[in-house]
Amino acid sequence: MKRTLIARVEDKPGVLNRVASLFRRRAFNIESLTVGHTEEPDVSRMTIVVDSTRTDAEKVAQNLQKLVNVIRVEDISELPAVTRDVALIKVETPDSRTRAELMQIVDTFRARVVDVGVETLIVEATGTEEKVDSLVDVLRPFGIVEMVRTGRVAMVRGKTTNKGEYK
Amino acid sequence: MRLTGAQIVWEMLHREGVEVVFGIPGGAIMHTYHPLSEYGIHHVLVRHEQGAAHAADGYARASGRVGVAIATSGPGATNLVTGIATAMMDSSPIVCITGQVASSLIGTDAFQETDITGITLPITKHNYLVTDVGDLASVIHEAFYLASHGRPGPVLIDLPKDVQQAETEFVPPESEVRLPGHAYIKAVDQTEAIARAAKLIDSSQRPVILAGHGVSMSKAESALREFAEMIDCPVTVTLLGKGGFPASHPLYLGMMGMHGDAQANNAIQEADLLIALGMRFDDRVTGDLSRYAPHARKVHIDMDAAELNKLIPVDVAVRADIKQALSTLIPLVTRRERPQWRTEFRDWLEDSRKVDVVHRPSNGRLTVPHLIDAMSTATGGKAIVVTDVGQHQMWAAQYYRFDHPNAFITSGGLGTMGFGLPAAIGAQMACPNAEVWAIVGDGGIQMTVQELATVVQEELPIKIALCDNGYLGMVRQWQEMFYDKNYESTHLANPDFVKLAEAYGIRAWRAKDLDGARSAIDEARKHSGPALIDFQVVGEGEGGNVYPMVPSGAALHEMIRRPHQTKVGER
Repeated sequence: MKRTLIARVEDKPGVLNRVASLFRRRAFNIESLTVGHTEEPDVSRMTIVVDSTRTDAEKVAQNLQKLVNVIRVEDISELPAVTRDVALIKVETPDSRTRAELMQIVDTFRARVVDVGVETLIVEATGTEEKVDSLVDVLRPFGIVEMVRTGRVAMVRGKTTNKGEYK
Repeated sequence: MRLTGAQIVWEMLHREGVEVVFGIPGGAIMHTYHPLSEYGIHHVLVRHEQGAAHAADGYARASGRVGVAIATSGPGATNLVTGIATAMMDSSPIVCITGQVASSLIGTDAFQETDITGITLPITKHNYLVTDVGDLASVIHEAFYLASHGRPGPVLIDLPKDVQQAETEFVPPESEVRLPGHAYIKAVDQTEAIARAAKLIDSSQRPVILAGHGVSMSKAESALREFAEMIDCPVTVTLLGKGGFPASHPLYLGMMGMHGDAQANNAIQEADLLIALGMRFDDRVTGDLSRYAPHARKVHIDMDAAELNKLIPVDVAVRADIKQALSTLIPLVTRRERPQWRTEFRDWLEDSRKVDVVHRPSNGRLTVPHLIDAMSTATGGKAIVVTDVGQHQMWAAQYYRFDHPNAFITSGGLGTMGFGLPAAIGAQMACPNAEVWAIVGDGGIQMTVQELATVVQEELPIKIALCDNGYLGMVRQWQEMFYDKNYESTHLANPDFVKLAEAYGIRAWRAKDLDGARSAIDEARKHSGPALIDFQVVGEGEGGNVYPMVPSGAALHEMIRRPHQTKVGER
């Protein structure tokens, strides 16, 4: 089962390195890790996805919490949350027929075509990982030239909760 | 007050209460050394930076205060690494200050440049590369706070040359540090978990207390004693837990683990409840995890949440300082006696005494257990004992009778050979009036033997007990027991250690039998200066092996006991 951890960390040089070094040293297997800015200027937020059959999410959280620059770690797996993955997918379009077919598929998935080239187009898809996965499956037969995915970002619904806090 | 970065270093060390630092100057830290004499801080010039880190560590362990090591960039900094890793594994509070090439040169492969913050990332509690002299004072304050609070550990501060030279208006940092994450970790209520622990304790018939380093780190020795007596529960200690519970106490079971006392290992395997206090179920303590304490429920109290449920799933996990946890726990448990359990573990204890080498006559040749027993008797168990790593370390733990906390200083987690001598320097600097014995092997002392010069330069009255068996003894023991006596690369062609010591200006003796050992110990103790005794000890066979021994992969109760039949010292 996949577990999602949210870590709020101080926005200081080397913090990502500290987190990555911790995962390596403790042999933690991480599915994905995303980092970005938050509503507070000096705080970054990491969303970390752990496959709990291979790595104990609680151990990851406890060890993260020990890093001096980590402010708070929450396991939000049990909480109602919005999770999103963003993908940019470059697909081959050798002729106009395929292009039209592709556009239809993209529409159905509520994704968007954000660039059209002579022989390729770029699809931008936002959604749960499952949704992006199935779009990728459908696009694959057309020939995926290049793909990039952000990995999961997540936010708990409603007013901020602290149920998943690590102590 | 306008100060340079170099002056701020000393100003802040002074404000943190530092009286002594250990180090070696060099190109990228010279600027910091320049104003040292203005600040009344004593600098111990070691002969290798590894010695500085170990000495700072020994100082910290003996005094309970933060130890400080200073080195230059590049090789100076990398030489600290073994000492930093040692301090990290044993949760010892040290602050290391390293010089760094000027900020403008960082990343250019400049002379003596090395990425020491990168290198030490996984072996420090935290580290800093200071790029602005304006941050320096608060960084140093934070470093001391981090090193000594929570679970202690090493902190490194890397100081580029230009930051040492830069001048700024010195503003003393606020006493409260601003560490949002760390503050958050502190505030946790564990009352409910402690109440559950009390219930398990009350319902147990055969409980055992496992006391680790955390007991003495939280100064919980008397609380532990009160607790153990109240519930009439035997106490076994880890290697670093020695002294956390008096060896002379009737509830004392000795040390647990690979070379632990048989009665302690038996008690753990037969227990119905383990009460683990400030210890971390290291593999050297548990043996085969899947067969460890098979009948026992487990209560684990530790200050580091990441240690709870790390290796052993426990029934009650309490994240708390040991002293605080015990003060909450003691009123909740019922006072009771366990006469049956007591009889059982005293039988095991009696059995251990029978096979014990020191209770049998020697055949004239000297063994380490005999000489450490003699040393324990001569010093009344009151010395600070600092060891190196290997057989002598295990024997020191087994045969020196520690009744006092912080009196046994040893590299447990990392098992760092070369630790003993420099750590003894640190311990003697911390406790100038204490009797400090460095118990070392002939292999280990040669890893940091240059620090004999430091001992002499500082006029430290350290007594060095060199257990000289002509081997890398612990490896040789494994070769004897598990590798068909193939002593591959373990024989040492040694120098004449008496002459070597004398060349440094240290009084030295040689002892070959127990009487000689006793008189050498007396002579060394009478001598007011530093002393070394070259104890020529049995190097092989029964008297040359550490027993009991839990072979790797075995469970604790499968330990190999000392053979009964042979005379000690026979080869």
